[in-house]
Amino acid sequence: MAAPTTATTEVPAGQSKFPPFQSQYYPSQFVWLALSFILLYVLMSKVALPRIDSILAARAKRIEEDMATARHFKERSEAANTAYEKSLADARSRAQGIANETREQQAAAAEETNKRLESELHQRLATAEQSITATRATAMGNVNAVAAEAAAAIVERLIGKTPEPHELEAALGGAGKS
Amino acid sequence: MHINPIEQFQINNWLLLFNVHGHQIAFTNSAAYMLLIVILVSALFIGATARRAIIPGRLQSVAEMTYEFIAATLRNSTGPEGMRFFPFVFTLFVFVLFGNLIGIFPFSFSVTSQLSITVILALVVFFMVVIYGFWKNGWHWVKLFVPKGVPVYFLPMIVPIEVMSFLTRPVSHSVRLFANMLAGHITLQVFGAFIIMLAGAGVLGMFGAVLPFAMVVILFALELLVDVVQAYVFAILTCIYLNDAIHPGH
Repeated sequence: MAAPTTATTEVPAGQSKFPPFQSQYYPSQFVWLALSFILLYVLMSKVALPRIDSILAARAKRIEEDMATARHFKERSEAANTAYEKSLADARSRAQGIANETREQQAAAAEETNKRLESELHQRLATAEQSITATRATAMGNVNAVAAEAAAAIVERLIGKTPEPHELEAALGGAGKS
Repeated sequence: MHINPIEQFQINNWLLLFNVHGHQIAFTNSAAYMLLIVILVSALFIGATARRAIIPGRLQSVAEMTYEFIAATLRNSTGPEGMRFFPFVFTLFVFVLFGNLIGIFPFSFSVTSQLSITVILALVVFFMVVIYGFWKNGWHWVKLFVPKGVPVYFLPMIVPIEVMSFLTRPVSHSVRLFANMLAGHITLQVFGAFIIMLAGAGVLGMFGAVLPFAMVVILFALELLVDVVQAYVFAILTCIYLNDAIHPGH
């Protein structure tokens, strides 16, 4: 390696010291460090940091507000849901009540109609029985007369003589009665 | 070909401004990169949050996540009383982070690889802890150096150790960041130089250059991790030191 590159930290002859130890630059370094650091400090503490702080605060506030709004809407939707379920249950019980009432009314009305019809039927039955009895009595009276006429005609044919009505009466009396 | 791995840390005077008692104050490449940090950080944390979107875009998300991350780190270390230091710790974190990340670009300059810068930052933290500690707790603050539950006869030994460890904090705080950045950039530069040297050494060398190239790719990923981790370490150590100022009792 005969290259002229110096890989050592030794100072080549005739040149100055290792740069970080060259004290003639220290005043400049100090002045410019002070200037730039103070400038940066002022820029950061007066502008950048308050601004970032306000950004973070605004974001935290925004998130909190949004969460509160979301909570509010959630509560409202839950309340609406409860109200819906309550009204549904009310409607259902009311419908059941109406159905029961209607059923009872109809049952009562049917009962009344039944009773009325029954008593009417009884009445008609009784009337019919009466008329049957009367008709039968009349019919039985007519039968005696027809029998007497038929018997008188038969006797006349047989003996040529018309029997006396009271004899006929006597002869038929037993049959008519039995 | 001359590739000096140290050259990338060289500060150059671009414009001489003042000469105070023989001390030159100039606008340097380092100053330009510090202003670049201010511009890029402002672009991310002011530009990307300008719309104040409720649903953030990518850059706004990055800004918000960084904010919440540093706020959580500080609150976990120091409790709610420490939140008054939040702008300072945040500025420190993003300054170091962007200084580290800008430095990973080839041909760029890494502000945090300058010992003078990291020492000043560490000393600011150190004196902030001392001054706020005394201002808030008065002389009770020196209880920091007297651990609870240690037998009295051990104290003459323990207290000097505690004081020493406190006084060396700015050293470890600043050198950790500086050394990580310096070493990482030198390593990248050395492996990058290998590529050029091998590629210039003929056909076989061109094939051989694949190896350092693969190494550089891996190292870039590692450096990206180191950049973020070191910025985080710098910030969390600041939080821990500030906690000592607020709650001196161990």
